[in-house]
Amino acid sequence: MRILAIETSCDETGVAVVEDGRRIRANVVASQLVHQDTGGIVPEVAAREHLRAIDALTEQALRDAGRGLKEIDAVAATVGPGLIGCLLVGANYARGLALAAGLPFVGVNHLEGHVYANWLYEVAGGEPPADPPPEPQIPAVVLIVSGAHSDLVLMEGHRRFRPLGRTIDDAAGEAFDKVARLLGLGFPGGPLVERAAKDGDPNAFPLPRAVLADRYDFSFSGLKTAVLRRVRELEAKGPVPVADVAASFQKAITEILAEKTARAAAEHAVETVLLGGGVAANLALRAEIAKRIGHPLRVPPPRLCTDNGAMIGAAAFFVLRHRGTEMPVAVRSDMKLA
Amino acid sequence: MSHSSLHTERLGERLGALAAPNDVFALSGELGAGKTVLARGIAAGLGIEPAEITSPTFIILREHGGGRLPFFHLDLYRLEGADLTNTGWEEALDAGGVTVIEWPDRAGDALPDDRVDVRLEHIADTKRRVVFAATGPRSRHLVQELRTSVVGA
Repeated sequence: MRILAIETSCDETGVAVVEDGRRIRANVVASQLVHQDTGGIVPEVAAREHLRAIDALTEQALRDAGRGLKEIDAVAATVGPGLIGCLLVGANYARGLALAAGLPFVGVNHLEGHVYANWLYEVAGGEPPADPPPEPQIPAVVLIVSGAHSDLVLMEGHRRFRPLGRTIDDAAGEAFDKVARLLGLGFPGGPLVERAAKDGDPNAFPLPRAVLADRYDFSFSGLKTAVLRRVRELEAKGPVPVADVAASFQKAITEILAEKTARAAAEHAVETVLLGGGVAANLALRAEIAKRIGHPLRVPPPRLCTDNGAMIGAAAFFVLRHRGTEMPVAVRSDMKLA
Repeated sequence: MSHSSLHTERLGERLGALAAPNDVFALSGELGAGKTVLARGIAAGLGIEPAEITSPTFIILREHGGGRLPFFHLDLYRLEGADLTNTGWEEALDAGGVTVIEWPDRAGDALPDDRVDVRLEHIADTKRRVVFAATGPRSRHLVQELRTSVVGA
């Protein structure tokens, strides 16, 4: 089964062609550099940028895959969660394309996309590898961490998700963004804090870890505030040791995420631990989790951690194969994983 | 003066209980001052499950139903320096619900005329000064009611 998939939930326009939920035949992503001026996302501007990019990207994806629409079996798009105007652009474009081509339309939950990114592999030079990577073993504990999400989920089977915990205030990626801004590093914060932290001492400044005992929920607001207070104190004394603050913050946040993820993996009979979302590209986080678990850890390559069309194509395949659970079609900004 | 985040949340609850359709609260204060905590309290005062209230920074606007009135939670943090004239966030303001705006300075003079300005100031780790200011007749009435409810008539 060959799926053309579209992702427009935030500020990346992604279009991909994916076969059988695993093989990437094409995966093009246009990032909206326009937001770097504002250090953030302006929803209506983002929606207009999607509209501007989507047609050319779809043509390019089909061209990269060497396929015409006639050789596509279904058209998929993200229907939530995300920015409502952005979701509408991608979902309506995909629906229109599906209708015109007489193909089924598949609405995909963006969070399922981050999970199923772990099923994907690249097809170099058109020929599938002789020994493709094995599918991740399930049940699995999944940690989805991005600018908008921090969810710890038990994946009991395909498309059977049980929420274990989530952030009660800020998302992990949001904490990275806010600390980056505080340190004058720019946007997006994740990769910039990670780079700055490389030359820093992670033990320079002890920072609090909110302990929500006996729960899998996260809280990053207190950590963010502690970093702010510490930076203000340091500013009063002289130049802020940016690398040390970045490293200390990164150590605290990765330990919080890793501790809960490892505990969830130990307390549930799972085969694997899966990561997804932009923050999963952080190498310190991967190392901290790998150190604490006795399970195999699967993480998508960095370009499949951030938002992309291929992950939506992978998830769409499993939506069609496991129709037992509800298939969303109407767009919703606050959709959950369940 | 608020002596804990729980205290700040309780203050929000009183505001939420007093709120009427189209009331707007503009919450300012630096990162970690307790804006989202106060917003959570306002939601609770409207009868919305407080655990549902998380930071809307990323998606800018989160709408919560299930309470006495719809609750619109706006966060303009990411919109610094951006042109707001066409972002659509103003539509939430007169939709018959209660609107909380975090980082209202991003909106400049696009804020509604009659609103409650709440300023949260960091005093110490668990201590915040919370200052209420009314900018019109409806908000003046609301702040007066809050004062009566907190310190008695």
